[in-house]
Amino acid sequence: MDSNRNFVVGIFEDEDVLLHAVEHTREKGLKIHEVYSPFPVHGLDEALGYKRSRLPIAAFLFGMTGTSLALLMQIWMLGYDWPMIIGGKNYASLPPFIPVTFEMTVLLAAFGMVGTFFIASDMKPYKWPRQFDIRSTDDKHVMAIDLATNKMSKEEISALLKSQGASEVNEKNF
Amino acid sequence: MQVTSSIREPLITGGKTIRDVSEDISRQVEGKPTQLWWVAMMISLTLLAFGFYCLCTLLWEGVGVWGLNKTVGWAWDITNFVWWVGIGHAGTLISAILLLFRQKWRMSINRAAEAMTIFAVICAATFPFAHMGRLWLGFYWVFPLPNTWGSLWANFNSPLLWDVFAISTYFSVSLVFWYMGLIPDFAVIRDRAVRQGHKLRANIYNALSFGWDGAARTWSRYESVALILAGLSTPLVLSVHTIVSMDFATSVVPGWHATIFPPYFVAGAIFSGFAMVLTLLIITRKVFKLEDYITIYHIELMNIVIIITGSIVGIAYITEFFIAWYGQVPAEQYAFFNRMQGPYWWAYWSMMTCNVISPQLFWFKKIRTNIVATFILSIIVNIGMWFERFVIIVTSIHRDYVPSSWSMFHPTMYDMGEYVFTFGLFFSAFLLFAKFFPVINMAEVKSIIKSSSEKKH
Repeated sequence: MDSNRNFVVGIFEDEDVLLHAVEHTREKGLKIHEVYSPFPVHGLDEALGYKRSRLPIAAFLFGMTGTSLALLMQIWMLGYDWPMIIGGKNYASLPPFIPVTFEMTVLLAAFGMVGTFFIASDMKPYKWPRQFDIRSTDDKHVMAIDLATNKMSKEEISALLKSQGASEVNEKNF
Repeated sequence: MQVTSSIREPLITGGKTIRDVSEDISRQVEGKPTQLWWVAMMISLTLLAFGFYCLCTLLWEGVGVWGLNKTVGWAWDITNFVWWVGIGHAGTLISAILLLFRQKWRMSINRAAEAMTIFAVICAATFPFAHMGRLWLGFYWVFPLPNTWGSLWANFNSPLLWDVFAISTYFSVSLVFWYMGLIPDFAVIRDRAVRQGHKLRANIYNALSFGWDGAARTWSRYESVALILAGLSTPLVLSVHTIVSMDFATSVVPGWHATIFPPYFVAGAIFSGFAMVLTLLIITRKVFKLEDYITIYHIELMNIVIIITGSIVGIAYITEFFIAWYGQVPAEQYAFFNRMQGPYWWAYWSMMTCNVISPQLFWFKKIRTNIVATFILSIIVNIGMWFERFVIIVTSIHRDYVPSSWSMFHPTMYDMGEYVFTFGLFFSAFLLFAKFFPVINMAEVKSIIKSSSEKKH
């Protein structure tokens, strides 16, 4: 983690005020470091210009892995490694293999996607997050602006955030 | 800007603010357990201890301690297994299917319902394991593990093996879904602990929350994970009871061999699951004073689901009968007349009364918005659903093809003890959950405070 960075932190009470503030601040050419919210705010990721998450693609790939592994396992075990006639059917008859294949697809897709989510978001049990304001998990929306990446001065940014409906503007150093 | 829907009743009452949500839900996690909690825990642990003794006797002596005989080889064990799996259907249905349908009323009840699902599936899994007798060899019978007999692999053509995969997948995916929902709420408790100066609690809940930060980028990913998990869980939840029903439907036993079984079992599972959610939540909302979050409106909506699924189950019973008569197979016809008029007539008529007649009372608004009536009916529904599985399983096999093999099933103390064991397990797990985890999804409820809560006047 890079050290000694100065941030201006705007606190917002309402999600709609926050959304307008984000749009307006970005129109003014300010770069927003990140916004922290107690609950998902719809449209915030678009307002911040974030691209759509590619996690569904990861889920699909993991799911396909599950499908192929399950089919290969069943066909190899009952068709080649120890062939057995069960109920007069072919050795590797496909229809009875579908339930296990479906379950393995769902299992791998779900676990693979959640694992990817933890890695992509850099979340682990022994890590403390960087918190700009501890109330951001309770009832406040917190907008953090990195001074190093912006040309405006601290005072100008504060005034802008206040004019956009921020209830408080603080400073935070990491 | 205030947006209030005028058509729908508010989902959250009492003029709650976002801060009140954190306060009301976190309070019981932070405080000491109440006396009532200890009393309930002691009763659950007593049941668990008695059941554990019965389970150990079973493992030591063998399956012979149960009342099974050579005609009735499946009885209470499989009945209880199917009953618990059925109950385990409501949680993921509420959180997955209602999420895809964008039903906001799921938000106050999904957490507790999912917890109930997970504990119910654990309870269900104890029965097939106990029935294996030699538990330690069971893993080679149910999982395709390399072994010294060849390897002689598990039989993938068997619906019992599909069941192993379906239930273990359902359990693990439900657990992940539930845990994903808990992560932001653990962070709420962590940050409250930091402010209150509880270092240890802050560290524990931070570890549980995987260092959640609530950043917009994380929320955006989190939302797509929730949506995909819901999409994956929807066919999964329907597949589980479908496959359970195939344990019976793929056999050639009259009374089991029916193509109607998969949808009929799924409807029955949702029916019993919602009844159990109601039983638990009516107590939980009272004990933890959550009447503003789990309102009469929520209870009414759940009762409507019970009317629908209960009616589907009723139609399925009648269809089964009609097809048995219309199919003109004497063995099949006998199986169904024997259910109605044979030695187990009392089980059949209990099932009909509890499952078909009693939920119809919910057509009356007075009854479906009455807490006492709902509580009593929710228990009656689950008694009825237990009898349904008992009727399907025992009455179909107790009259064998040869009259000299005809038999009855008499449960022993160990049959009952195993059932008691799962009750002890279920309630002690639920009590631990209710004490240490937030019982309502705070992040989701906060997101609807503005649009769906009653405003202070």
